[in-house]
Amino acid sequence: MKLFRSINRYFRDAGKSVIRNFSLSLASISCITITLIVVAISIVLSYNVEEMTRHVSSNISIVVFLNGDTTDEQVKQIKTNIENLDNIASVTYKSKQEYAKETKDMDPRFALIVDNWTDETNPLLDSYEVKVKDIDMIGETAEKIKKFDNISSVNYGKEYIESVITIFGVIEKVCIGGVIALVLVTAFLIANTIKLAIFSRKTEIEIMRLVGASNLAIKIPFIIEGSFIGLIGSIIPIILMCYGYKSLYDFLGGELFSSSLGKLVAPYPFILYGSGLLLVIGLLVGMFGSYRAVRKYLKI
Amino acid sequence: MDLIRITDVQKTYKTGTVALYDVDLTIAKGEFVFVIGASGSGKSTLIKMLYREEKPDKGSIMIGGINVAKLKNRKVYILRRKLGIVFQDFKLLPKLTVYENVAFAMEVFNYDKRKIYNRVMEVLELVGLKGKARMYPDQLAGGEQQRVVIARAIVNNPKLLICDEPTGNLDPDTSMGIMKVLDDINKMGTTIIMTTHNRDIVNAMKKRVVVIHEGKIVKDYERGKYYEVV
Repeated sequence: MKLFRSINRYFRDAGKSVIRNFSLSLASISCITITLIVVAISIVLSYNVEEMTRHVSSNISIVVFLNGDTTDEQVKQIKTNIENLDNIASVTYKSKQEYAKETKDMDPRFALIVDNWTDETNPLLDSYEVKVKDIDMIGETAEKIKKFDNISSVNYGKEYIESVITIFGVIEKVCIGGVIALVLVTAFLIANTIKLAIFSRKTEIEIMRLVGASNLAIKIPFIIEGSFIGLIGSIIPIILMCYGYKSLYDFLGGELFSSSLGKLVAPYPFILYGSGLLLVIGLLVGMFGSYRAVRKYLKI
Repeated sequence: MDLIRITDVQKTYKTGTVALYDVDLTIAKGEFVFVIGASGSGKSTLIKMLYREEKPDKGSIMIGGINVAKLKNRKVYILRRKLGIVFQDFKLLPKLTVYENVAFAMEVFNYDKRKIYNRVMEVLELVGLKGKARMYPDQLAGGEQQRVVIARAIVNNPKLLICDEPTGNLDPDTSMGIMKVLDDINKMGTTIIMTTHNRDIVNAMKKRVVVIHEGKIVKDYERGKYYEVV
């Protein structure tokens, strides 16, 4: 009962002081709001770049052409060999007959030629389409495959892929670095704002100590107050994230420039995770800021 | 029985100023003691040590079984709950009403609302402010504000009431009113230790007087008067 009463009082006091010290609370709240908006934008950017990288990567594969005279036995052996390598996601067989059919379907004029081919005279080659797990290692994997017997050629669009990998890698690192830096700056900024807000209440803390409040009992209401401020501060960024991202997504039709470069991350459940993240950051930063600020006045 | 026993206390500030040395003092339960001395004599340091706002460099300060000199920062509240403290500059919270300011000291103990209400009204009546419970500190006169501070200090029935120049900012008539309240509290059994510069008060009260001069207790009168000292 006593515990319940004190918890109840901590929340009531925290709520009261947010209202009583409204102008300072407002300063802290707007500080959190502004920085969280920037954090939200960075989250949207980095997630989408990551999604695009994944999209482009998943479409990249190594095409392994086999020699024309390879026996069925050897074809199976090559598949096992490839699958035994590290970094292999999937291996799909495509026969020369399938290539012939694809060619035929492209244009009726090709059909005239292709129709004359029998299995023996078909000049095309059987192949394996190999997808890799780690796109950064695709070059090495291709080199390893090249060394197997009965391989005619191995292709993976080396230069194009390498430049794409480098560019996306850089963008992703910059975005993640940006988010981390922003969160740290926010924490520091908010800690300072709250410190300022609490400085004006030095006397209050002093009196609380003088009348016999334990250090913990003094800290808790301030920490709850900080989390209130963090919560309120994250409302606008969350609304912006939810509605803003959804309208942007609808406006762009779900893709950036063209569908080949990549689709944007679908609004659901992304905005839910994003909002959750913003809420948690706001809450933690508010609590941490208050904790640090109030601790200073308890060392006598 | 002794409530306060100060033995061989010494305090030097970081600046090198010796605030107190060789201080031995014993105060029994129920006593009313004036601590007097010129500004800078060390009386404020002595008072601050009693509620552990300052720590002695040497010696021991026992208050009701607690060794204040060795009390950890984290545990200070245990001592403070046994004390009431009255300051010259009041230290009231301007945004709380008179009632809330006094109740503040009780909320620390998580008493239920009814108990807090009854006790707060009781002490407000004792200090003569029952009708002003809903006013804010800055709507009150200086003497009334000091009564609120006294009410806050005694609301938890402390064994010891520490008053650091409680009449320092008040006119003579108001001061005597405050002294009357303190005397009543003392008669109910609370030990009071009070610093002051006001010779009329000391002369009128005829209580024990401890004189501090340059960091040392120089005189201790059973029923002292100011002129004997200066």
